[in-house]
Amino acid sequence: MADVTFTVDGKKLTAPAGTLLIDACKNAGIEIPAFCYYPNLSLQAACRMCVVRIEKMPKLQTACTTPVAEGMVVQSETDEIKQARKATIELLLGNHPLDCPVCDAGGECELQDMTFKYGAAESKYIEIKQHREEQQWSPVVYFDRPRCILCYRCVRVCGEGMDVWALGVENRGVSSVIAPNGQDHLNCEECGMCIDLCPVGALTSGTYRYKTRPWEMNHVATICTHCGDGCKTTLGVRSVNDGVEIIRGDNRDKSGINGDFLCNKGRYGFDFANRTDRLTKPLVRQADGKFAEVSWDKALDFAAKKLREIREAKGGQAIGVIGSNRTTNEENYLLQKFARTILGTNNIDHHRTADYVSFASALNGKSGRTAGLRDTTSAPAILLLGNNPTDQHPALAWNLRSNVRLNRSRLYVANHAEIKLRRQAKSFLQIPQDGYASLIQYLGGNDGAIAADDNTTAFRDAIRKEESLLIVFGSEYRGRDIQALVEFGLSLPNTKFAALGDYANSRGAADMGLLPDLLPGYVPVNDAAHFVDEYGATLPTTAGLDLLQMFDAARNGDLAALYVVGSNPVSRYGVDPSALKNTFLVVQDMFLTETAQLADVVFPAANLYEKAGTVTNTYGDIQLVKKAADKAGVRTDFELIVRLADRMGADPKKLVPFGRGSFADMGQTRGAQSGEADRHAVWLAANHLEPKLSPFDPFATLDEIQRLVPSYHVSRLELLTGSEQPEKFDLVQIQPAASRRDLVLPAEDTLFTSGTLGRYSGMLKDIVESHTTPNPAETAAD
Amino acid sequence: MPRLVFHPEEVKIISRRFGQGAADIDKYIALDGYKAVQTAIEKGVDWIIAEMKASGLRGRGGAGFPTGMKWSFVPKQSERPKYVLVNGDESEPGTCKDHVIFLHDPHAVIEGTMIAGLAIGSKMGFIYLRGEYRYLLKIMEKAVADAYAKGFLGKNIFGSGIDFDIVTQTGAGAYEVGEESALMESLEGKRGVPRIKPPFPAVVGLYGGPTVINNAETIASVPHILLMGGEAYAKVGSERNGGTRLFGISGHVVNPGVYELPMGYNLKKAIYEVGGGISNGRKLKAVVPGGSSTPVLTADEIDVGLDFDQMGKAGTMLGSGGIVVIDDQTCMVEFALRTIKFYQHESCGWCIPCREGTDWLKKTIGRVHAGGGVAKDLDNIRYLAENMLGRTFCPLGDAAAMPTIGFIKKFRHEFEDHLNGKPCPYAHAEEPALV
Repeated sequence: MADVTFTVDGKKLTAPAGTLLIDACKNAGIEIPAFCYYPNLSLQAACRMCVVRIEKMPKLQTACTTPVAEGMVVQSETDEIKQARKATIELLLGNHPLDCPVCDAGGECELQDMTFKYGAAESKYIEIKQHREEQQWSPVVYFDRPRCILCYRCVRVCGEGMDVWALGVENRGVSSVIAPNGQDHLNCEECGMCIDLCPVGALTSGTYRYKTRPWEMNHVATICTHCGDGCKTTLGVRSVNDGVEIIRGDNRDKSGINGDFLCNKGRYGFDFANRTDRLTKPLVRQADGKFAEVSWDKALDFAAKKLREIREAKGGQAIGVIGSNRTTNEENYLLQKFARTILGTNNIDHHRTADYVSFASALNGKSGRTAGLRDTTSAPAILLLGNNPTDQHPALAWNLRSNVRLNRSRLYVANHAEIKLRRQAKSFLQIPQDGYASLIQYLGGNDGAIAADDNTTAFRDAIRKEESLLIVFGSEYRGRDIQALVEFGLSLPNTKFAALGDYANSRGAADMGLLPDLLPGYVPVNDAAHFVDEYGATLPTTAGLDLLQMFDAARNGDLAALYVVGSNPVSRYGVDPSALKNTFLVVQDMFLTETAQLADVVFPAANLYEKAGTVTNTYGDIQLVKKAADKAGVRTDFELIVRLADRMGADPKKLVPFGRGSFADMGQTRGAQSGEADRHAVWLAANHLEPKLSPFDPFATLDEIQRLVPSYHVSRLELLTGSEQPEKFDLVQIQPAASRRDLVLPAEDTLFTSGTLGRYSGMLKDIVESHTTPNPAETAAD
Repeated sequence: MPRLVFHPEEVKIISRRFGQGAADIDKYIALDGYKAVQTAIEKGVDWIIAEMKASGLRGRGGAGFPTGMKWSFVPKQSERPKYVLVNGDESEPGTCKDHVIFLHDPHAVIEGTMIAGLAIGSKMGFIYLRGEYRYLLKIMEKAVADAYAKGFLGKNIFGSGIDFDIVTQTGAGAYEVGEESALMESLEGKRGVPRIKPPFPAVVGLYGGPTVINNAETIASVPHILLMGGEAYAKVGSERNGGTRLFGISGHVVNPGVYELPMGYNLKKAIYEVGGGISNGRKLKAVVPGGSSTPVLTADEIDVGLDFDQMGKAGTMLGSGGIVVIDDQTCMVEFALRTIKFYQHESCGWCIPCREGTDWLKKTIGRVHAGGGVAKDLDNIRYLAENMLGRTFCPLGDAAAMPTIGFIKKFRHEFEDHLNGKPCPYAHAEEPALV
């Protein structure tokens, strides 16, 4: 739209016609207060805080409903306006309990801030305040009704934003009250967006309420460890006697790729970190078959010695390595480097939740064809094939809904199930569970591929008419089907793709070469010249064993050692424990998982919230994780790999290119605790300082990744500020394998589960329970 | 059922058929019924609009917007269906004019709706009655059914090739839905809260379609205007205030009732001649001239013409034509309390100033009346009301603030008489008129 020029407080401003005055002012640095206004939600004009004086208008006008117009002259803060706002606050405070000293929102409350600004300090009324009892609506949502100022943000975000519609208003006038759809409880997706948007302390979080004061926390913005969307979550942390505990997860920093959104896992699913049954001391299995807690030195020496012996006696091919979907890129990269250069094996794999390899192969180096998460907020047309983003990619689902709602984007959904997003779809096609491949053939022009009816033909016609299409596909597509899908997509004028995988760094695990046949950046193991140069070491050139083959080999007695980092394959793949009885098993984990229980050595590891580095979401957005929490006794996987290598006699400096000529500092000289090196590294990187002084510095490794994997060339500044990547990186060219084993095992997580990790979250467990216990009152209802 | 009243000073236009059994369709036809709509079909849209503009008819709901102009705002072309909406959510205390129309002349509402439909090119009209008028809905529904039976409604009305349907609906008992956009929300089955304007109903109204929404009295006036001609109608009233209006005179008068008087008729005459003067031989203290939301006039201020402009000059409003007469034995604090109780009860709660403001006004005035008031309460009452005025989402906030300001301004001494534990000086008085 054309720009218009208008004046606010004597300042000449310009904004596109149709911009709301409140937004135009905000963009120009003029703050107009509002309780009910929230960007991208429907307008309410209910709180009357944003009133301004517009010339030629008889009354004060609400800036939240007034579009800017050419020549408009606005006063935003005159005495008259201040008085109006003050009077409004006085009215609100009349019934609002002044329990700020114990209120969760105290210090973070918009009503407090406004009262401070407009000085509504005098109590005008004698009558007692209206009181109502607090209610618990779900394991995570509590409602303190007297604190509510009825801004309706919660109602709107639940309905318009989440398409859940679990909140409404009951009664009228001064008796009006926000009410949940289940009479006294919520039937909803537990996203907690209502809590996030609540300007006061009316809606409080079950994980956080009454635990601390906001100013006692540090707020660390990092990336959620759960699904593959890679949302930014801000962790509120506080020092405790055994480290730093996480007390809150929220989305106060709206600058992440998730914008306004955060789901229940990002918000509440952090409590695994604080559990008392976390491993904090290394465990070594004794002659009697039982674990004993031993010192780090003993455990590291023992594991390193055994691994070295096995390597020397049986060669690297007798050792296997399984990496993680939740460790950082630097850790994953380091793990494959450790496996290949120090253990001398290509037997390395991870739990694959999407076939990124075939995706890379299908794109074959074509640039500009992958879509970042943010693209899903603006793409004019989106084809969603398979998956159920509402459950598995809540941020994507939010984006798709918002894009349809705000930009009238056209969403086409094909799925074997009637997924919730069909409600936003322009066109929905239900296909058989095994019909995904045929669908692509049909879309590509093979009329006989599926039994077509009018709906099907209309679906295809509409898609083929789109001038620009974003194809988002789930793990229903693998191998040759991805090839066919990408070929179809590329036959359309302007198509981008996104492959959906399940965990925080599933994509990064594949990108970083946790694969038996591919090096970082999908470089085949027999084409490793670059890597040989960089590493100054030889690499095995034949493909190693994949994850299932490793367990077969173990069963056959051909796998003498297995090193598992942050993964629970025994549970995930249902491995018979006896298969590993002759294998020396080293596990790094937070908990004594099914896999760790079988181990010979268990190292207590830090989780993603306790370390720094980068992760890559399923769309390829590379983002910085920052160390937020700490647990005495645990070490990062990065540090553990380096220490193992060191004790195996390898040169840590060759493993991590730190220091650039300076003295190797293992941290002991500074008495470093776990994580300190990371913090140090972040500071150094933030200040563009070289060299990196520690071998535990993941940023030294990021440098190397960027040298070897061209697609990871993202500006360090962009990473640090968390702003959008300037260019979407592309998967590099690889030759498609003649036939590739299908090793993809979708996690099949629901909205409230998150693999093994989710099982250790008490809050997620509570939510699952509250959703699986039938409520007798509701069985009759829809 | 209220009895019908007559007075020689009346000019019978809208009320012409009252008391003559015109709820019966044949009787209505015999009394020139459904003639205006046929003439309208014959003469066309431009003629209707021209006659309406010439009539000077201004909206009888209270805001007084010229009806002909309102109709001409509706876009000629529209992708969505256009609607005519009759606002029969008559809920303003002191007002009972639409009531008698629905009761005595329901077909005039139907015919007026049809003419409005012709004028804007709509095929569908809704007649919305307040929830408490459920018993009138039966009359209205029968009238609609009779009109269908005669073929006046439905396909091809009067052989014109035009289709027109009418649906009746009641509210759920909320004053707020008398506000036009809240009424539309209610009619659409939603919570009765007002909508943001713009867009105005003429552009985006019911179900998103361009909508003309008129008060029931306005609509019922339309057939009469077309029958007698816009200019002739205009001449009956005062300058820029065409025609007549149904005034409901209630309270402490000898002959309360609904009277049809020309616009601009003198208020004092209306009370003393038409209404028969103050009952029980008492003296006049005050008049609420146009429904409970209009600022009160003292006994000395009533020599004024009853039209939109003259009442405005007198510092009050013509409003809905509900004249409430208050005698000298009435406690004005209690009257103010009764008024604000209504608005507190009826506030929809959407916006802060009205939701919270009406509640604190009620509590404070109530306490003052009960003898618990302190000096600063009086300033507080005025402060509260003045800070509500013009700041609320819809006019209901003003409707609560304006009379309150009037009471505290003009009868502050009576509030003062209640302070510091003093008993109400009118403790033995009857219930206030406005109940």
